[in-house]
Amino acid sequence: MIDLTSLTIKEAVDLLSTKQVKAQELTRTFLERATKLNKKLNCFITISQNVALAQAKKVDGLISDNQKLGPLAGIPLALKDLFSTAGIKTTAGSEVLENYVPVYDATVVSKLKVANAIFIGKTNLDAWGHGGSGENSDFGPTKNPYDLTRVPGGSSSGSAAAVAANLCLTATATDTGGSTRQPASFCNLVGLKPTYGRVSRYGVIAMASSLDTIGHITKTVYDSALILNITAGQDPFDATTSPKSKEFYTKEIASGVKSLKIGIPQEYFAHLDIDIKKLIMEAVKKLESQGAQVFDVSLPHTEYGVATYYIIQPSEVSSNLARYDGIRYSFGRDKFGAEAKRRIILGTFALSAGYYDAYYLKAMKVRRLIREDFTRVFKNVDVLICPVSPTPPFKLGEKINDPLSMYLSDIYTVNVNLAGVPSLNVPCGFVDNPSTGSGQGLPVGMQIIGPDFSEKLLYQVGYAYEQETKWYQKKPNL
Amino acid sequence: MIKVKVKSQSEKSKSVRIDIDHLAKLANLPLTAQEKKTFEKQLADVLSYISKLNELDTTRVEPIGHITGLENVTRDDETAPSLTRDKVLSSTSRKYNGFFQVKAIFEEQ
Repeated sequence: MIDLTSLTIKEAVDLLSTKQVKAQELTRTFLERATKLNKKLNCFITISQNVALAQAKKVDGLISDNQKLGPLAGIPLALKDLFSTAGIKTTAGSEVLENYVPVYDATVVSKLKVANAIFIGKTNLDAWGHGGSGENSDFGPTKNPYDLTRVPGGSSSGSAAAVAANLCLTATATDTGGSTRQPASFCNLVGLKPTYGRVSRYGVIAMASSLDTIGHITKTVYDSALILNITAGQDPFDATTSPKSKEFYTKEIASGVKSLKIGIPQEYFAHLDIDIKKLIMEAVKKLESQGAQVFDVSLPHTEYGVATYYIIQPSEVSSNLARYDGIRYSFGRDKFGAEAKRRIILGTFALSAGYYDAYYLKAMKVRRLIREDFTRVFKNVDVLICPVSPTPPFKLGEKINDPLSMYLSDIYTVNVNLAGVPSLNVPCGFVDNPSTGSGQGLPVGMQIIGPDFSEKLLYQVGYAYEQETKWYQKKPNL
Repeated sequence: MIKVKVKSQSEKSKSVRIDIDHLAKLANLPLTAQEKKTFEKQLADVLSYISKLNELDTTRVEPIGHITGLENVTRDDETAPSLTRDKVLSSTSRKYNGFFQVKAIFEEQ
């Protein structure tokens, strides 16, 4: 008997379409595992059992009647609790929205529904997407399945932990400054931050609107491409979505990396943890041996990224969170947690009379310099490879009382959001766990960054590397 | 109110005043005395870090308005189905005769 929960989406789709397993059986298996392990991991704020079983029953009906099926028919997935779901509570991880039930679906949620996916539940997160550890959730921190005393990363903490622990086959995520890539790297998973405007933001509770992108977390590169096939595309409800037509991201995914030019941005390796650096350079060597060429490149404004990001992002946060006044729905502003309050105050300061030019405007100018760094470098190389996090998953509680040190752990991810370009986190191995010294190591990821709308290329590179290493097969001991 | 020393472009450091009461009022954010003290200090730390940007001369740099370069995105001026009033009011706990019920603003209750 195969362990259904350890499947990839591709494998599960094959089993379902050849009638070797029923959607209801698959869904029940995941619901049982999710309910059991949620006590340990705290991945889910809501497990939507009734919705999931009804969706699965419908899919089984379509299969037995030989009806046309969506590309994700019967696939159990989870949605980050920032995604509005009609009839299912959507909290943003905050007590402000503790009892809020949306009356409409986010565009991505509608698309996944049309694809006949099954919604297992809504995943935990740093409230409003604010954080890189999951600890800012008002519903308790999520644990890293590879070491329960460590953070799974954030803000898509529950999405990453749930996929890593086989509680669902994929989960949606958002990436404003690293919130998809960093938890994916902390949990041995693939995480896509698409090009700004590639995937609709409509119905996803906004954090910082000029930076927010809608991603997803999967076990494999192929699965990630499969989900983007569904979520990408222009949306009349989001005026920032690109009119550029979407591609078929799974097609030609195995084309390889022969004569691909890979840039290694020096600024991203200068002060990097030596073990992480070693794993990433080994990965680059593997791609080189498959025919890629490697070049040292420079993104000179890298060191200004975090400062720029921590002006623009809280400014937009303070504006987006202004609407939560408790007048029409849910609770008032006294229910905001410490991190949201901190960002509202910081953003309000940066936008206040007399300071706008010195902070927000200055940051928007530096943002252009950062984007130009990327534009310039992509004239000479096809993709960049660099780290996602300066450290492996850290201990729960280690950074929570020092916001600046927490912000500085975003150093390798925020520039990508400022520039708007896409980036794919791919697992590249494990480092020793300093707390245990032996046994199960801690996951490390690397990001493959490309020019605007190069998602298809990023998948080809990630796929070429993954075929040789298959890190996703190394599951946590739970 | 506290003052923070920050870097300025002219190499000389200057100070910025943080008035946490004023900010809390602007943001309509109820803060406890302890929170004010903590956030004031943390805001000062962050401001001193982000003043790093003043090392860069940006006088000739155009600020980036919007990353996509899209302009004047409009839709056809046609009506389309939208949420009904009952639906919109279905998840509020305070409603009256098909309206949201809110506290009086202009007069004493």
